[in-house]
Amino acid sequence: MDAAAPLIDVTDLAMSFHRPRSVLDRLTGRPGRIVHALNGVSFTVMRGETLGVVGESGCGKSTLARCLVRLHQPEAGHIAYGGIDVLRLTGAERRAYHRRVQMVFQDPYSSLNPRMTVRQTLAEAIAFHDLRAGAEIGRRVEELLDLVRLPSDAAGRYPHEFSGGQRQRIGIARALAVEPECLIADELVSALDVSVQAQIVNLLLELQGRLGLTILFIAHDLRLVRHISHRVAVMYLGAIVELAETETLFTRPAHPYTAALLKAAPEMDPGRRSVIDAVRGELPSPLAIPAGCPFHPRCPYVMARCRAERPVLADREPGHIAACHLEPGHKL
Amino acid sequence: MSGDAGDALLSVRNLRVAFGSPQHPLLAVDGVDFDVAPGEVLGIAGESGSGKSVTLRSILRLIHPPGRVSGRVLWRGRDLLTLPEEELRRVRGGEIGVIFQEPMTALNPVLTVGLQIRENLKEHTGLDAAGRRKRAIELMDHVGIPAAQSRLEDYPHQFSGGMRQRAMIAIALASNPQLLLADEPTTALDVTIQDQILKLILRLRSEMNMSVILVTHDLGVIAQTCDRLAVMYAGRLAETGPVAALFRQPRHAYTLGLLNSVPRAGQIRQPLASIPGQPPLLSKLPEGCAFAPRCPFVLSACREAPPPLVEVAPDHRSACLAHQALAKA
Repeated sequence: MDAAAPLIDVTDLAMSFHRPRSVLDRLTGRPGRIVHALNGVSFTVMRGETLGVVGESGCGKSTLARCLVRLHQPEAGHIAYGGIDVLRLTGAERRAYHRRVQMVFQDPYSSLNPRMTVRQTLAEAIAFHDLRAGAEIGRRVEELLDLVRLPSDAAGRYPHEFSGGQRQRIGIARALAVEPECLIADELVSALDVSVQAQIVNLLLELQGRLGLTILFIAHDLRLVRHISHRVAVMYLGAIVELAETETLFTRPAHPYTAALLKAAPEMDPGRRSVIDAVRGELPSPLAIPAGCPFHPRCPYVMARCRAERPVLADREPGHIAACHLEPGHKL
Repeated sequence: MSGDAGDALLSVRNLRVAFGSPQHPLLAVDGVDFDVAPGEVLGIAGESGSGKSVTLRSILRLIHPPGRVSGRVLWRGRDLLTLPEEELRRVRGGEIGVIFQEPMTALNPVLTVGLQIRENLKEHTGLDAAGRRKRAIELMDHVGIPAAQSRLEDYPHQFSGGMRQRAMIAIALASNPQLLLADEPTTALDVTIQDQILKLILRLRSEMNMSVILVTHDLGVIAQTCDRLAVMYAGRLAETGPVAALFRQPRHAYTLGLLNSVPRAGQIRQPLASIPGQPPLLSKLPEGCAFAPRCPFVLSACREAPPPLVEVAPDHRSACLAHQALAKA
């Protein structure tokens, strides 16, 4: 395969959810409401890269993750993985894709089977994909526990016997059991205490170095995303509004929403405080996305054009795209 | 923060909260002392199970049996822990307001927001019905709820998460409290909404000369909002002092570890200085300093008895035997 070609190539992905019509809707003849979770999302991820995806509730970041592992079937758009059309895979090919791309969830307590020991959970994944047989499986379980720094006596225990951080390690070991190339991490460390969060971040960085993993790191915590990602995509109401190399994005944001997010994230320096709100207004409901630029009702730089015309992602500098009508270089 | 409670608005002394059976008590809070000055924002930080929320709740006796609270909570010359229930009710929700992390569970879902504000006004002010209605609109307006008049008759579920938190603040402010207790008030909110709510609390603090105790696990929130900070670990105070001093030069190994666990700009994809292991269970607290098993500065004396909280600089106290080594680090 061409080394310069992206491993994951997503184009114009769209996904919406139909809300069931309420009795009142039926009586008044109102049509059912639709949540537009993804409205034409395109991006690429290179092999071995960590792409961070940030955004607030309802921006579509989790729907995006679920589309990538085909927990949702998107309505439109394409996902290519190493040149393969992911959305058309069936049977054995689809299983092979699921082995190569693994998802790790925020809450390992609800994604691990409480009645299976760690050994059973890991062995099941290994056996399902015929990766090892017989006694080899036991050795592989030990290898995996070692990889995520869990003691080897963890194998005989059940998920409830572990702390949150340890359970997240089990979740990672479960994903790594099938020797994937790519991890989709959706709010992987959000539920953990800060000291334990740092341990898991370190583990992820180390595993990526050792195993050459490609990682899609989805989170709402900007500090974490900045720390771990090579490039970062910012989502707002179902669309990517800006994508750039991490340092470029954090030091020279080109979209007013990115700038507002950065300003709103509480800085660790008590000497630098601001008294003005970083951004006014509430997040609009994904049931009623504003026309034109979806950010225009909250944007401090809004112009007439923003209310009428939806800006498209355009180049700001090499490798830096943003969807905003402001002149490139406008001070934010 | 000295021994006497001279100019403090609230003084907490030797606060202990025990759960479990009397034979095997679990000390969620174990001998906590702190003061809050008028107009001051005190942050209480710590990880899950550190006792920060239990400490906050025991101030207003919101701990229910089998929880047992002892010590003293001195509020304007009276000990809230021994105050008769009737008098306590004037303080709770009156002189001292409370807001919680989850407004949806703290608000009454079957009463309109306007009614819940008016209820508090009825309880704690002498306003008549018309006056209460007018004041409720003023309060909602004051906390930034748009179109306050028309939203008075809305129910909590008709509000967004951020607006619900504003409504809860409006209820708390109805009685003109001198102290606001805030338990993780922005943890469930998006970052742009969190920013708005924190700035609202700070604005109200200066407009009403109100003190605030803010419990949070987020050190960024502390850095941006608090004047002073108390760091808790396994039910005890690890360190207290001015926020600027604690962030510049932490004098407890745990505070240092916490600060280093947070990713900083300019260290992209470098390993973070994490704290090994995890916080201890209350049922399995180590003999000496509870942080000793995870501590890179541990001395043999740390394992013998919990270190006392001592003054290491003016208004800055630490319960760490390595505080001098940390000052030089």
